[in-house]
Amino acid sequence: MEKEKDKNITDKIWDLFASVKLAVVIFALISATSVVGTLLEQQAEPEKNVKVLVKMFGFDHETAHRVLGVLDSMHFTNMYHSWWFVAILLLFAANLIICSIDRLPRIVKLVKEPLKPLSEDHFKGFGIKKEVVLKGNPDKTKGAVSDAASKALGFHLTEVKEAHGYQLYSQKGNYTRLGVYITHFSILVILAGAVIGIFFGFKGFLNLPEGRPYSVAFARGSHMTDSAESERILGVLDTSAGNLSYAAKQLGLDEGTLRSKMRTYGIQPLGFLIRCDEFNVDFYGGTDMPKAYKSWLTVIKDGKEVLKKVIEVNNPLTYEGITFYQSSYGLIPGAGGNAIFRFKVSSKDGRAEVLDLKFGNTFAIPGTNLTGKIEDFSPAIGFDERTGRAFTYAEQLTNPAVYMNFFEGGNRKFGGWILKRYPETWKIPDGTVLEFAGIWGMQHTGLQVRKDPGVWVVYLGCIAMAFGLFTAFFMSHRKIWIKLVEEKNVTRVVVGASANKNRHAFEKKIDRMVGLLSKDREGGR
Amino acid sequence: MDSSTLFGVSTMAYIVAMIIYITYLAFGKSQIGITATTVTIIGFISQTFAIGMRWVEFKNVGQMGWLRAAPFTNLYESLIFFVWCLILGYLIIEFKYKNRSFGAFVTPIAGLALAFIDLTGMDKGIHPLVPALQSNWLLVHVVMSFIAYSTFALAFSTGLMYLIMKTEKRSEPSYIFWTVSTGIFLVVLLAMGLDYLSFKVMIKNPDVLIKSFLFRASLLSNSPLVSLLSWIAAVVFIFMLWRYGHLLKKVIGSFSLSADILDDITYKSIAIGFPVFTLGGLIFGAIWADQAWGVYWSWDPKETWSLISWFAYAFFLHARLLRGWRGKKAAVVAVVGFVLVIFTYLGVNLLLSGLHAYGS
Repeated sequence: MEKEKDKNITDKIWDLFASVKLAVVIFALISATSVVGTLLEQQAEPEKNVKVLVKMFGFDHETAHRVLGVLDSMHFTNMYHSWWFVAILLLFAANLIICSIDRLPRIVKLVKEPLKPLSEDHFKGFGIKKEVVLKGNPDKTKGAVSDAASKALGFHLTEVKEAHGYQLYSQKGNYTRLGVYITHFSILVILAGAVIGIFFGFKGFLNLPEGRPYSVAFARGSHMTDSAESERILGVLDTSAGNLSYAAKQLGLDEGTLRSKMRTYGIQPLGFLIRCDEFNVDFYGGTDMPKAYKSWLTVIKDGKEVLKKVIEVNNPLTYEGITFYQSSYGLIPGAGGNAIFRFKVSSKDGRAEVLDLKFGNTFAIPGTNLTGKIEDFSPAIGFDERTGRAFTYAEQLTNPAVYMNFFEGGNRKFGGWILKRYPETWKIPDGTVLEFAGIWGMQHTGLQVRKDPGVWVVYLGCIAMAFGLFTAFFMSHRKIWIKLVEEKNVTRVVVGASANKNRHAFEKKIDRMVGLLSKDREGGR
Repeated sequence: MDSSTLFGVSTMAYIVAMIIYITYLAFGKSQIGITATTVTIIGFISQTFAIGMRWVEFKNVGQMGWLRAAPFTNLYESLIFFVWCLILGYLIIEFKYKNRSFGAFVTPIAGLALAFIDLTGMDKGIHPLVPALQSNWLLVHVVMSFIAYSTFALAFSTGLMYLIMKTEKRSEPSYIFWTVSTGIFLVVLLAMGLDYLSFKVMIKNPDVLIKSFLFRASLLSNSPLVSLLSWIAAVVFIFMLWRYGHLLKKVIGSFSLSADILDDITYKSIAIGFPVFTLGGLIFGAIWADQAWGVYWSWDPKETWSLISWFAYAFFLHARLLRGWRGKKAAVVAVVGFVLVIFTYLGVNLLLSGLHAYGS
């Protein structure tokens, strides 16, 4: 070993990075800073965090603002993306790499080195020690010992001749010692995957209105109404169906400039068009508990529909490496006038017809001389318990309903609310059933849009980690040496064995092996 | 009979078993020990049936397949499942190590977890799944996380017992550690009990969540006097535990429980729990998050606290395997680790917001 003072600075830094101490310091740093990061809501409105500080620490409003200001200048309000947190993670990676390089050669040697016969003294130091005396000389007994080891342990023993008999030995699971390094390596793979995602990936969102295709997604935090220029770019992209070179020509720019402008505004070209044909929420029975959010999506590439899929939460759509996740939904402001209400009309005589209606339309009801008109609409209708008056209780299509009046020869005959979710409201007094089948063009679906070429690397890392942990914790390196010593027509069998984990289980197996030999036993222990 | 009746039976059984185990610890008669085990097994069986029945009820309410109808979807159900895993783990250890005295330390955790359900007045109703939870990953992610949590709970109780047994002087850091941390734990529990009582008396409106009343009845009371008195009471309580903690040592010491076995169980529990937690909790959680939200890791409070707990146990294993940490030092880490796990599990749900806010 080198003396401490002979070490130069590089060695010292190397030793620092190869130490478990640094790992502990890094664990503690990540943990301590993360605690602050979980208390403060990340990337949130300042007011929210001021409230948190007031509530948690009893600050007055002004102090809370000042404290938040200090924390904000230290990037604690978006800490997981701050330079110093990334630096800690890099330090962690460096620590892992150098730790492994430092220790690996020794372990590899230990793993690869073939087992050697041991001297007499070594046999005394084993954790597992057994002794038994068998009839006959070692030449006769060694076969039985080999058989017993193979039967009870599954070990195939190597045999060497010694002065007074034989020594038999073998090992298993020497490669399991590498499990720890596989685990460490897998963490590096996962971090590498994350880095790939950061540099080559994209995370954004898209509020996609029913029926209108989009060729772009938006980066988080960007606002499509940022400036007149971004509005203009979006407008041109809309008319050019996502064709960037065409759009660039329209704007009088070259394609490269357009791309860089789009990057500044957080507009990410998809390379294809995506359209939401319909969005719908299913509810559990008569409650307002959502059961499923569904978007019927179509991918259009070069003017052709190339993929159709109904996505739900937990069931996204992927095309050309870009994945669309169902994440939210909402009403399109001011879209009520253009929305289409679909009714399946079944008249008394059994004829059926589909009607697509707009607000204020007057229509003839087939098979009767009635006309109907949609007079009112509510996205979420409720009725006052006492007065029975209708009111709207939510700003989503939670319980949509239309108010229809029916006329005969210009005179109003009857009218009422028809609720989409309640079939008992579909039948009108003359016996016709107006099934409220759908509303279209009123909602947008909120999609999380992601491109992450690193995710497969992360998954590979996860698989490696599972594998590494399994070998590191549930498999062990077991070694056994058996000495056969000739003693006046008998053989003294001395067993020494070790296991780096779960020694107890190995000892039990060895006891079984000794038990198998006991039929030839002469005495002893 | 429905699942809630059976849950009631199991809760009663565990609480009775706790009393019998403690009596057994005090008197050491083997008949008492056998009774304690029998009562625990009865509790366990009825709880198993109860979970099975709730599974069926849940399947019918949610109108979905068996795999998705696993009743582990909110705080109440997950606590029940945690207790189930814990008791199962304990029974395995009891049969393996042929030692019952350890039961006196595990059944109280089970009892406390079940009492916590009533103390916080959490919702026990069966609600159909929100879309984000409708995934086959739910079952594996939650089951494996809770198996890991239970092994960590076992390591916590053996670690704590080890500290109680092995600490000698009041000035010893590990003695101060176990008395103070146990004291804080009990104080928090008592304070929550008071919250529950005052909540029941004062607030009649069912829409008001008890969450916003945490510690308002005592430590964080609006009245400075109540608050001050509570703090004094808490400090006195912790002081008394520190002053008379050695009495507990006498009780455990009078029993044939080897400290080495405790140390061994602590290590083995963590060595099983850690890989299960990594795979089921972190990795499967990440895969699921990737499918549902489009991010495999978003530094959401739950994820971050899981990572912190993971670091604590990674530290435990490295310290033990590389530096040979055993005994008191290792036991302290095991106790701290479980405190972090409790925060990951309950604290995050009760105090912080985030994507995992289903349980609140």
